[in-house]
Amino acid sequence: MSERIDTKLVGRVAHLSRLELSAQELEVFSRQLSAIVDYIRKLDELDTSAVEPLAHCLPISNVFRQDEVLPSLSAQQALANAPDRFEDFFKVPQILEDTSGA
Amino acid sequence: MFEKSSALQLTNQIAAGQIKSVNAARFVLDRIDKIDPKVGAYLSVFAERAIEQAKAVDEKIAAGRPVGPLAGVPVAVKDNICLKWGPTTCGSKILENFTPPYNATVVERLLAADAVIIGKTNLDEFAMGSSTENSGLKKTVNPWDAQRVPGGSSGGSAAAVSAGLCWAALGSDTGGSIRQPASFCGVTGLKPTYGRVSRYGLVAYGSSLDQIGPITRDVADAALMMNVIAGYDNRDSTSVAESKAPLPGCLAGLDEPLDGLRIAIIPELIDKASLEVGRAVRDALNEYKKMGAALVEVNMPHFDYAIAAYYVIATAEASSNLARYDGCHYGYRSPAANDYIEVYSKSRAEGFGAEVKRRIMLGTFALSSGYYDAYYLKALKVRNRIRRDFIEAFGKADCMMMPVAPTTAFKLGEKTADPLQMYLADVYTIAANLAGVPGISIPCGFDGQGLPIGLQIMSPAFEEHRLLRIARMYEKQTDYCRQTPNL
Repeated sequence: MSERIDTKLVGRVAHLSRLELSAQELEVFSRQLSAIVDYIRKLDELDTSAVEPLAHCLPISNVFRQDEVLPSLSAQQALANAPDRFEDFFKVPQILEDTSGA
Repeated sequence: MFEKSSALQLTNQIAAGQIKSVNAARFVLDRIDKIDPKVGAYLSVFAERAIEQAKAVDEKIAAGRPVGPLAGVPVAVKDNICLKWGPTTCGSKILENFTPPYNATVVERLLAADAVIIGKTNLDEFAMGSSTENSGLKKTVNPWDAQRVPGGSSGGSAAAVSAGLCWAALGSDTGGSIRQPASFCGVTGLKPTYGRVSRYGLVAYGSSLDQIGPITRDVADAALMMNVIAGYDNRDSTSVAESKAPLPGCLAGLDEPLDGLRIAIIPELIDKASLEVGRAVRDALNEYKKMGAALVEVNMPHFDYAIAAYYVIATAEASSNLARYDGCHYGYRSPAANDYIEVYSKSRAEGFGAEVKRRIMLGTFALSSGYYDAYYLKALKVRNRIRRDFIEAFGKADCMMMPVAPTTAFKLGEKTADPLQMYLADVYTIAANLAGVPGISIPCGFDGQGLPIGLQIMSPAFEEHRLLRIARMYEKQTDYCRQTPNL
C-alpha cells in the first residue's frame, strides 16, 4: 500500500473514470488525493485478518419477486432527456469503423 | 399568527378549518420571494402548483372529506430526490436540464399525505460535501450568519426550515448530510435506519449508506414526517419489510419519557469537539441525568477509523453509481466531443465539479486492480468492526449521545481548499451510516457568536420511535428548537 499517488497514477485513474483532466487539474488532484490516501492508510493500523467484509447492514439477503409484466416508461419518456436521438434510439457518435470498403 | 407554529400544529389547524392551506402556502411563497435571495435555499419553486395543491386540500376540508396527516403543510424536497414537475439537478451542471419521468416514492407519499410541495432545495453536487459549497448551481448561506455555511450536503433543506421558507423538508444522509446541516442551522434532522425509507427515486451516491430523512422544526414534526415516509417499498430492494422490522407509529407515545434511560457516551470523543460544542453537549447530558437517565461510558475502539473507511466505501460506490452519466442517455453532452470516448470523458469533465471528480477518482482507485484488497476490502472489514462496536455499546445502553459536528458552522470558503479538512469535519456522523443505525440532531444551545449547536443521538437499528421519544424528552425541557434567526 505504499505506492505514491503521483500524476501518472492519477492520470491512469482519470482515464479509467472517463474524466478528461487538464495538466493543472492533474497536478492539484494528485496532491489532494495523495493526502487523502495517506490518511486512509490509517486503516492499516488495524488487524482485520479474522474479520469478514461487510457490504451492507440489512437483515435481508436475496430479494426475489414474481417475474410479472408491469407498466414501465414509454420510449418517448425514456428518450425525453436524451442529448441526441434518432427515431426511438439514443444517438451517439460512430463506435465501429466503417469496414464495408465503400 | 401561524408562522411560528410547528408542522403538526399547522396541519391540525388546517384540518380543523381554522387556517386555510392556501394562506400557509402563500405565506411561504411570499417569504421565499423576500428572503430566499439572501439565503439561497431553493433551486426551484413551484408557486402555481403549490397554490393549486393547497386549494385542493382546502376543498377537501370544506367538503368534509378526509385529509392526510400532512394536510396543507408546505414542504421542501432536496434536489436529488426525483419529482417530475421540474428539473432534478442534484446541484450539478450535468443534470441541470434533467426532468425525471417519475416521482420518488417519498414524493408520492408526501403527496398522498396532502403535503404541499413548495420547491427543490440546494445541495452539494450529488450530495458530496459538508457545506453546500460544492453545488454547481447556487450558493446557500447559513440563515444565522450569512458569512457562514449552512452545512451539507442537505444545506438547502436545513436553511429553508431554519429560515421559515417551509415547514419541513426532506434531505438525504450518506455520511451526515441531514444531521450536520440541521445542527449548523439550528433545526431537527433525522437519518433513519438504512432500509427504513425507500430510496426509489433518490439519485444514488453511496447506495449502501444513502438514506432519506426529515429536517423539521422540532422532534414531533420529525415523527410526523417519519409516519408518512417510512415503510416498505417493493421498488427498493433494500427496503426492509415490516415483518422483519416492525414499524410502530412515531407520534404515538412520543411524549412519554423513557424510564431508566441508559445513555452511552464516549468522553474522549466529546473532548475532541470545540470547547463550546463540548460544553453544550455535556449540559444536555446533565439535563438527561436530571430526568433520571444514567450515563454509561462505552468503548468504541474503531470509531476513529470511520472517516477512513467511509471515504473508501462511499467513493467506491459513487464511482460505480456515477458511471451512468455518459452524455448519451440523459444529462449534459459536451458539444466538443468528436468520438464516443470523448462523449464520456469531455461531458463528464465539463459536467462534474471538482469534488465529484475527486470522489469518482478515489473510488475508482480503491476498486482498481492491485488496490482492491488493500483499500476496498480492508474498508469493508473495518466497517464490520464499527458495526460490532455499536452492537456491543447498545447491549449496555438504549442510545448513544455525542456532538453532531466538532464545531459550529464554519465560514464560507474556510475549508474548500483542503478537501481532507472538510472530510474530517464528518467525524461524528459517518459511523451511523457505516453501521446502518439511525441518528438524530436536535438543537442543544448556541455558541458565543449565536450559532446553533446540535446534540446527536443514535439508537439501535429500526428503533426510530424510541429515538424520537428520547430526543423529545430533552426538547420539552428546553426552548432551543423555538429559536429562529433574524432575517
